[in-house]
Amino acid sequence: MQSFTSHTGIAAPLIKDDINTDQIAPILHSRGLKEDYRAMLFHRARRREDGSEDPNFVLNKPQFRNAGILVTGENFGAGSSRESAVWSMLANGIRVIVAKSFADIYRENCLQNGVLPVMLGAELGDEFIARVVAVDGQAPFTVDLVTQRISGPDSDVGFEIPAADRTRLLEGLDDIGLTLKHAEEIVSWEQAAQATQSWLQLARDSRSSAVKGVRK
Amino acid sequence: MQRTLFDKIWDFHRVAQRADGRDLIYIDRHVLHELHAHHAFAQLQKQGRAVRRADLTFAVQDHTVATRPGRDDDTNPSGSAFIKAMREGCRSNGIRLFDIDDPEQGISHVVAPELGIVLPGATHAVPDSHASTVGGIGALAFGCGTSELAHILATQVMALKRPKRMRVQLDGQLPGQLGVHISAKHVSAKDVALRIIAEIGVAGARGYGVEYAGAVVRAMPIEQRMTLCNLNIEMGGRSGFVAPDDMTFEWLACRPFVPQGAAWDRALQQWRTLTSDDDASFDREVRLDCTGLEPQITWGTDPSQVVGISGRVPDPAALEPSRRAAAASAFNYMGLAPGTPLLGLPVDRVFIGSCTNSRLSDLRVAAELVRGRHVAKGVVAMVVPGSSSVKREAEAAGLDRVFREAGFFWGESGCSMCAGGNGDRGQPGERCVSTTNRNFENRQGPKVRTHLASPATAAASAIAGSIADARQLAPGMA
Repeated sequence: MQSFTSHTGIAAPLIKDDINTDQIAPILHSRGLKEDYRAMLFHRARRREDGSEDPNFVLNKPQFRNAGILVTGENFGAGSSRESAVWSMLANGIRVIVAKSFADIYRENCLQNGVLPVMLGAELGDEFIARVVAVDGQAPFTVDLVTQRISGPDSDVGFEIPAADRTRLLEGLDDIGLTLKHAEEIVSWEQAAQATQSWLQLARDSRSSAVKGVRK
Repeated sequence: MQRTLFDKIWDFHRVAQRADGRDLIYIDRHVLHELHAHHAFAQLQKQGRAVRRADLTFAVQDHTVATRPGRDDDTNPSGSAFIKAMREGCRSNGIRLFDIDDPEQGISHVVAPELGIVLPGATHAVPDSHASTVGGIGALAFGCGTSELAHILATQVMALKRPKRMRVQLDGQLPGQLGVHISAKHVSAKDVALRIIAEIGVAGARGYGVEYAGAVVRAMPIEQRMTLCNLNIEMGGRSGFVAPDDMTFEWLACRPFVPQGAAWDRALQQWRTLTSDDDASFDREVRLDCTGLEPQITWGTDPSQVVGISGRVPDPAALEPSRRAAAASAFNYMGLAPGTPLLGLPVDRVFIGSCTNSRLSDLRVAAELVRGRHVAKGVVAMVVPGSSSVKREAEAAGLDRVFREAGFFWGESGCSMCAGGNGDRGQPGERCVSTTNRNFENRQGPKVRTHLASPATAAASAIAGSIADARQLAPGMA
């Protein structure tokens, strides 16, 4: 996973609560295994009914076309667990999402992909959104995970993030690798479960004669 | 110490605490679907990692499969690559796949419990936010993303932060639970769930593991409990469940993947301990008196924008200020003015199906209402069973004929119009009463206006050609 230390970019305000992953990464009519995540991001919101670009959508405005930071409201990323809703951010160079709050699974998916989810809460969120609106893409903001600050024109905001999430992003740690340090404990757990609740370790179709059994 | 059921299941499955403070929670049953699995297979291959417990892993083709009778891999052209990649990934990793033509294929959340793959007190993960459906039999489930899916394949554990605990206490009695009233079954778990979401909002359960309890839950049949737990994510909760009881054990007994013989007896003994202790404390308690609850339906574009069927689209002034902007946007998308009654709104399409409401009992309720009647002129009505097993059982009971004769399309099993990933979609501007779980903008097709409701409300609306109250429909003719 790519690490995250700091990111400087234009901050685009998408001032709405409860934006869901169907909106962020819609399921499109024609699709395949290799999707165009860049085109997917807010695909419907970016277009008018006739298919042309909607100039009023924030990411279509000239000053926000290359935004690197998305600033939004409460419960961002609600709904479906689709990770494409994070991959489509990355494909557009958005490495930071500043929100009043995040949906649980979406936030996890951000951490898995080196996207920094900054949760500001309602009050600070409103203040920061006002600042971002005022700046209107005329100057960049820098989000620094080391100092836990967002700095920009006439603004400097601190943010909280659980220490473990911060370390994971700073070091770009491989999540599976972290867990596999506990490989022996996983084996021990399986042996204990086999002894006390053996049915958990065996998922077998009782109608079939082929006995798959427990591994090892 | 007094513990909640959540704590009991979590603590038992806690393998270790990782250096970053996350708990490693063992996943007893992992079920994949074709939309996301291929990414994870590719990721593992790139990393040179193997699937650790293929024997505890299952796979289904559900999101992209066509529902048209006689379907094959290519009936939905945009699904065929996913279906084929799934087949190849399962073959090379030794994973049991319920393929498109398998007699037990279906939606993962329907198939896993009906085959007894998932069990009370077991942990369960699916790369889909509605994983907690199986909470209805007392399993602790987690919807997950694609990276997490790869993580589980490689390690058989999830690295999770322990959520807080919430109890949703459902008091009173649903009309149908009286058993004899004409409106029996016309108010169901779907209505209860929509009401809860309306009360606590789409983020009300965020950060919590939710236990549903109370007299109404205890009286609910198992498949209703699954509907209730299915909608948990629509209030932001990743995991939701009902403590198992005798009704659960009876429902599970003799299903093909449950433990057999002496193992069943030992399991049963353990499952009887799966309750929250009397004095266990919850971080949040929500109570809802369900007595007198009427059928519920969404009017807007998120699952908390709900009214009773006899209600009207709300006046924004009556809403909390923080919800007015969303309401204004929903009025516009839904083509509804504040104050409009829901009853009588003309509908173009009705969909009965999805992991929320596609089990045999759901189809029975709907079939009872449509028996001897006909879908209103101009309405496209579909029934898509949640699994091929449900479809077979429904056909054995003659329900397919009831639906077909009434003018419904009777499809092959899959997720279908829930998210339209298989090509089943409405036309722009259509108003659709749907038994699914999300009324998000464009989810059932560009510009489609979705009203979430129960199978009874959906069936009654298909017959009436407008949003209807199933309780007001006279009993069927046959």
